[in-house]
Amino acid sequence: MTTAAEVVSAPAPRVRPSLLAFVRRHVLTVYSLLVFAYLLLPIVVVVLFSFNSPKGRFNVVWNHFTLDNWVNWDAVSGIRSSIELSLEIAAIASLAATALGTLIALALVRYRFRGRGATNMLIFLPMASPEIVLGASLLTLFLSVNAQLGFWTITIAHVMFCISYVVVTVRARLIGFDRHLEEAAMDLGANEWTTFRKVTLPLLAPAILSALLLCFALSVDDFVITNFNSGATVTFPLFVWGAARVATPPQINVIGTAIFAIALTVMIVNVAVQMGRSRKGTTA
Amino acid sequence: MGFIHRHRWLTPYLLLVPGLAWLALFFVVPLGFLAHQSLEVQNPIDYSYAFKWAWHNYSDAISTYEPQLVRSFEYAAIATALALVLSYPLAYWIAFRGGRWKNVLLLFIIGPFFVTYLIRTLAWETILSDNSFVVSTLKHIGILGPNDRLLQTSTAVVAGITYNFLPFMALPLYVSLEQIDPRLVEAAKDLYASSAKAFLKVTLPLSLPGIFAGTLLTFIPAAGDFINAQLLGTSDQYMIGNVIQSRFLELTDYPTAAALSFILMAIILAVVLIYARALGTEKLTG
Repeated sequence: MTTAAEVVSAPAPRVRPSLLAFVRRHVLTVYSLLVFAYLLLPIVVVVLFSFNSPKGRFNVVWNHFTLDNWVNWDAVSGIRSSIELSLEIAAIASLAATALGTLIALALVRYRFRGRGATNMLIFLPMASPEIVLGASLLTLFLSVNAQLGFWTITIAHVMFCISYVVVTVRARLIGFDRHLEEAAMDLGANEWTTFRKVTLPLLAPAILSALLLCFALSVDDFVITNFNSGATVTFPLFVWGAARVATPPQINVIGTAIFAIALTVMIVNVAVQMGRSRKGTTA
Repeated sequence: MGFIHRHRWLTPYLLLVPGLAWLALFFVVPLGFLAHQSLEVQNPIDYSYAFKWAWHNYSDAISTYEPQLVRSFEYAAIATALALVLSYPLAYWIAFRGGRWKNVLLLFIIGPFFVTYLIRTLAWETILSDNSFVVSTLKHIGILGPNDRLLQTSTAVVAGITYNFLPFMALPLYVSLEQIDPRLVEAAKDLYASSAKAFLKVTLPLSLPGIFAGTLLTFIPAAGDFINAQLLGTSDQYMIGNVIQSRFLELTDYPTAAALSFILMAIILAVVLIYARALGTEKLTG
């Protein structure tokens, strides 16, 4: 098998261009590594400053190393309840959005029906709208119907902006789906529901799981839309925003680092599973 | 089950209804309410609102907040261009040189997304603050003068926006570059195209869908952003997002905020259409 790398690095027939190609190859590598450094620099700062013992109220100048922030991660009043609230909302919103979005994806891939174009448009538009407009318009709705702003308005908003991402994720998997497996199940006497439960759902599980995780991450991270629809309720990003005006306790970095570590672990497991699978695929 | 069997054509609609109803109720209907609000007038005595087809809200909003509007699209355009320049070579490098480490390298690109948006922007505040390592290095090598600063300048805001939305650019670029059959580039070179010409005539045109998607995914959130201007800039760097959010949440001047939201959407839509047309024709003639 010819890989991309081999084609590009294949020796060129002429001498000068090959020298040029050599130089250029390294320029590209150096450039890429610099961009990686740029991408990772703030992450390094977040992690590093979670171990800082700041002099003033703002955690911007390195003073000395300490583990106190990690040991007393909830020493700042309000931080613990804001995290619990964020996790609770994310759990509910990601489950609801994944269920609703998966059904839409199934309809879009499996059936021809009137209104497909309009449906696709309705899925695409929330992703293409600036968050501030989504947040502001929802707030006008909630104000008009005198809804109590808080836990449920935030959850409703999160489900809304997550659905599209679920549809896109699950649809991608459904398109590359081998329908023969379902036909085989039906040939063996399974009815539609049994086929769905025993064949379709397990095969879709990885996509559904990634959609769920994506929604969870989007929900925990969301600030703009939440800020509009929260009333006096404080999620973790709102806590950070409120805190940043008067002080930045290093505990914020601790939580940021923890979220980063958890998300990274999940992704690494995911990549490892994929790589393992593809290796098995090539040797078989 | 019998009912479903008799009315099979209903199945897709049954699957669609819950999700689409949610989107209709909490995305489409609110936009209607926002449109309604944008044409209201506030009574100066009791602060109540009355619907008056007040189209002047739009012209007033544009004339009052023109600097912020212009600035939003200026910053968004610069940040999008920077993100493209930074991430195209990177995406190319991963797609063609990544080998079996591609997935791991992609993790580095989406790494920033794993840190809460506000926290990574606060990290930039630390990095760009006056006595930081970066600023003192830049002063030492003479790029910055002794009294120059980075924080609270447009540079800082644009840098923050670029950073925050860069993965949105890099990922679609990677996907489109990764799909290119390397044999096409090989064929061009066999036909005596130089590396540069093969890139311009084969790789670049084939990666246009990625450039298109990446540009939109970066430009749209960048134009509506207000967090970077708030945390890394001053009121001199405020964008239209800052105005919308303060009119809405601090001053409760809903009609102006609603009108500005639609102006923002309209300009974004116009830019997207013009851009799509420009890139589309280039694709045909190139």
